[in-house]
Formats: sequence, structure tokens, C-alpha cells
Amino acid sequence: MSDSSKPNSARRNLVIASACAGGAAAVGTAVPFVASMLPSERAEALGAPVEADISLLAPGEMTIFEWRGQPVWVVRRTKEMLDEIKKADSKVADPKSERKKSELTPEYARNEFRSIKPEYLVVVGICTHLGCSPQAKFKPGPEAFESDWAGGFYCPCHGSLFDLAGRVYKNKPAPDNLRVPPYTYLSDTRILIGEDKKGA
Amino acid sequence: MAAAEKQAVTGAGPFNDLLTWIDQRFPLVETWRAHLSEYYAPKNFNFWYYFGSLALFVLVIQIVTGIFLTMNYKPDAAQAFASVEYIMREVPWGWWIRYMHSTGASFFFICVYLHMFRALLYGSYRKPRELLWIFGMLVFVCLMAEAFFGYLLPWGQMSYWGAQVIVNLFDAIPVIGPKLAIWIRGDYVVSDATLNRFFAYHVIAVPLALLALVVAHLLALHEVGSNNPDGVEIKKVKDPKTGRPLDGIPFHPYYTVKDTFGVVVFLVVFSIVVFFAPEAGGYFLEHNNFIPADPLKTPLHIAPVWYFTPYYSILRATTENFMWVLAAGVVAMAGLIIWSVKSTAARICVAALAAVLLAGFFTLDPKVWGVVLMGTSVMIFFFLPWLDQSPVKSIRYKGPITKTAIALFVIAFFVLGYLGTQTVTEERTLAAQIGTAVYFLFFFLMPWYSKMDKCRPEPARIGSK
Repeated sequence: MSDSSKPNSARRNLVIASACAGGAAAVGTAVPFVASMLPSERAEALGAPVEADISLLAPGEMTIFEWRGQPVWVVRRTKEMLDEIKKADSKVADPKSERKKSELTPEYARNEFRSIKPEYLVVVGICTHLGCSPQAKFKPGPEAFESDWAGGFYCPCHGSLFDLAGRVYKNKPAPDNLRVPPYTYLSDTRILIGEDKKGA
Repeated sequence: MAAAEKQAVTGAGPFNDLLTWIDQRFPLVETWRAHLSEYYAPKNFNFWYYFGSLALFVLVIQIVTGIFLTMNYKPDAAQAFASVEYIMREVPWGWWIRYMHSTGASFFFICVYLHMFRALLYGSYRKPRELLWIFGMLVFVCLMAEAFFGYLLPWGQMSYWGAQVIVNLFDAIPVIGPKLAIWIRGDYVVSDATLNRFFAYHVIAVPLALLALVVAHLLALHEVGSNNPDGVEIKKVKDPKTGRPLDGIPFHPYYTVKDTFGVVVFLVVFSIVVFFAPEAGGYFLEHNNFIPADPLKTPLHIAPVWYFTPYYSILRATTENFMWVLAAGVVAMAGLIIWSVKSTAARICVAALAAVLLAGFFTLDPKVWGVVLMGTSVMIFFFLPWLDQSPVKSIRYKGPITKTAIALFVIAFFVLGYLGTQTVTEERTLAAQIGTAVYFLFFFLMPWYSKMDKCRPEPARIGSK
């Protein structure tokens, strides 16, 4: 009669081995399920660039285009607006757009006004905090959120402020400046959002 | 044969034979006795003990109304909003079923919050009820997920932007965050893919988990027995002959009758809201959600539904300035723990953890820590059984420090909840930061103040002095 209180080590090792094999199979089976939740081929294909006509945009006004399901703002800035941007340098967290450069600010926008032409600002209108779309508050003056408001964008969700170059104010929930999408001028009044002339 | 050995059922008149037939094939009488007619509960349950059974009742309302809503709802970004309006205007009684469901969501949280507050008052999470509490907390987390997924389905402006904000919370996680957020949405923005999968979570995945956890919660409850307002164990004093707790009464009929009364009163209040104020002034159904989702425009003022606002306030309160308060808090906590524990290894661990946190506070974005704090504000409840070191369970015998702490916590919870519904101003952010500090101090200092508090001795039995 065998001693039943003593485990049979060969049998125990087989149990461990088959449990490991079963576990590996279970993990392997989970992969297709997890992968099925990634963006589909169709969703990926919808990232094509968008052509935008800005000929009708008056000075001091803003228009919105949709690119990859996100709002892209084009603001035609006046001389006064550009002056306010210069003055806001001390109020914003990252005046020279140095944080996450490659992600947020393409090379041609790494300047004071964060744009190719100072007159036109092109940014993705999605707050870098949690993805709300901030509101245009271009009129300078006292506001509930800032007593000495120089004009810019206000995010209603968590109170982040951005100046007229899409630069985030200090000590606000949003960590970074608004993203400047890749874009290029097709002519003086037409821009292509989503693609730039690489190396041109 | 086991079947033949079981006694025949008696006392059910014409049904005796039928019940005997069933009982010989299924543990019917045994289950009835174990969980109802011979399940002994403390005799002194008060008002606070209604909310467990009421939460279960609301769960039933939600499941039944939910099934009927899926018969007409379309989980498709192009049709979702219109299908909800179709239910409201054209489906016979559709408005009633939908208002039951939307009001039920808020009442579910009201019941669960009061149920949890009861546990806080009477120490119902203390040994041996730690697992019971943890199962309950898991139910609460599932409920939050269920509410969040369900809120996207009407595809209104608040649905859309609420989901956008919450999914973007995951984006804050360093390294894997952005990929994770895309995986959750199934797209680069909240879209049809997101709506479709949230529908799947809301109607099947989460409810299954929720039901399983509710069963585990009840099984754990019936294993250890209910706590009571005096916080003394009724199982300690039993009738030597029958083995029944002397301070216990059978759940059925005593508490089934009491809970039925509770359900009737609940239905009166619930019906008043469903029929006369289903929007509850914008708290149960937000005004902006009557506007179809627009991915290009965030509403002027966005706020989560009331039951999420305290945590949302904590998220918003975490700005760059607040990191200094957090850093000071971590240093003070580390000092306190090092002073209190004796083991050198534990001291080194605490110091190392504090150093890592401090380094993180000033290298990662405040946004990341806002998300961490918000998560912690919910998860911290899991640790209550071990944070509370008081010699007594019930607030009736606890001292002035604990009573003050609970009062301050409740005030902070309400203030944070209110602020979460409002827009941001400098004063409100400051108030939210103070509220956040009080909220966390309540938990983090509990091991100390609960120990040093002057408690009165617990009675030996319920009602004795």
C-alpha cells in the first residue's frame, strides 16, 4: 500500500506543467479578443488630410474644420492679438513651445506665434488636459476665471486657459500647449490640414 | 438513496406533496431555512438597515427596465440619440420605462452611498466582515463602471464629452497611456466604435460581474452575519439548548416585513421623482444631454452626474500649486509612520516610497497625479477594515475625535460633490483643495486617531449597559 499522505512528485510536476500549458493557451486565446478592440482598418483609414478654405475668414475671427474627428481651429489674428501674445510670455507655462516638441509643435511652428504665418493660427481644438474643446474668448477684459484676461481660449471642463497662440497658462490643469497639427499652405487662401511638406 | 432519506415537507397544506417532490431533488427547504426562516439577524436594526435591500430592489428595477429599453435602443452613433427620443415619444410607455431607468441610476447610488455610510457609522467592515466589505466595494466599483458606460448610450453632448474626459484620464498614464486610451475607445476619438462597445459592457459584461459580486456579497454576509447599531456580535451569546443567538430574530418574517415596508416608502419617493421631476433639476438628467453629441463643440459647462462629482472635484483640485501640499502631506505621513512602526525594514520601505512619490510629484505632470488622487479617493475605501484601529465598532461607543472626523468627512464629501457640479473659479478651486485635504486626512490619519480616541466600553449584549 502506498503512503497516500506523501504527494507523488512526478504527478505533481505533471499537474504544474499542464496548468502552465493551459495558462499559456488561455493568454494566447485572449490576444485576438484584446486585439479586436483596437481601431479597425476603416477607422485608421479615416485619418486622411483635409483641405480648408480660409479665404472668407475675417480678421479676429475663428473657423473650425474637422480632421480625424477632431476640431481644428483656424484663427485669423489681428495686430492687437499678436501684441497680446508677446505680452503673455510671462503668464504661460511653456512660452517657447519646448515641451514635447515633436508631438505638439512641428518645426515650422516653433516660433513666437506658433504658426507658419503669424496672421493665421492653426491648432487642434482639444485641451491637452482631458480632451474637452476649449471656447474662444477673444475679447480682453475681466473674466470670472481671470481678472486681467488678455484674450484666448478657456476650457469649461477644468478651467485651463490658453493664449491666442494656443499656449497654456501657468498653474492650470492642462500640462501642455495646444497641438499644432501638421499643415501646409496650398495657396494663400487654402491650407491642407494633416500633411506637411516634409523636406520642402 | 438520499432522496428517500429526506423528511417529507409538512405545513404547506395542498402543496406538501409538490414541495416534498422538489425538496428531494433540490435543497429547497434547506436553502429557505439557511438564508431566511432560520437566518438570525440582530434584533436592533434601525433606519440605516433599509438600504441594502433597497439597493437590491433598485438592481431589479434597472435590469427589468434595461431589458425593455434594449428592445428599442440602437447602439449606433448615427441613430442612438434619435432612438432614445423614439422611446420617449413613440414607444407606448417608453417614457416611463426610460425614466424608471434613469431615475433608478441615481437612486441606486443614493441607496449604495447610504448603505456604505451605515457601514462607516457602525464599523460593519471590521473583523470578521473584511471580505464582505471588499465584495461590497467591488460591487460599488462595478456600479460606477455600469453608470459610466450607460451614460454614453443616449449620445447627447454630456454623454459624449463625459466619456471623452474619462477615457482621456487613461491617457495620463505614463508610457502606455495614449495607446491604452485608443484601445479603450477603439478609435482616435470617442466614436461609433466606442458607443458600440460601451453598449456591450453596459448590457452584458458589467451586469454579469455585478450580479456575481452581489451573490458573493450576500453569501459572505450570511456566513458572518449582520453587524448592528451596537456593533456587538450576536453570535457570542447563544441559547445553550437551541444554539440560536439570543439577540437575533429570524430574517423571515421579521426583516422581510420590515424591508417590504421600506420598499413601499421607497416606491412612493421614487414614483414622485419618476412622474414629476425625472430630470431632478438637471441633477439626474443633465440639460446638455438633450442636445445630440457634437464632436467639434464642448458644451459651455460640463459636469458629471452628481454621483461622480466628489471624485471629479478631487481631479480638478490637483493643480501645480497643490503638488506642494501633496508633497508636504507625503513627508508628514512618512514621518508619522516611521515614528509609529518599530521594524527598521518597514521604516526604510516607507522612506523609499515617500522619496519615489516626491520625485514623481515634480517630474510627472500634475494631471497624472490628479488621476492618481481621484483613483485613490475611491480605492482607499477598500482599506477601511485595516485603517480603523478603534477598540469598538459602533459610533455609539466611539469618542469625540472619531465623531468629529466622520462629520468633517461628510461635509467635505458634500462640498466636493457640490463643487464638482460648478464651473471653476479660483475660490472654488481653493475650496476643492481644502475639501480634498480633509477627505484624505480622514482616511490616512484614521489608524492614529481611531486608536487614541476615548471610547466607551461596548455592552456585552444588545441593549444592555
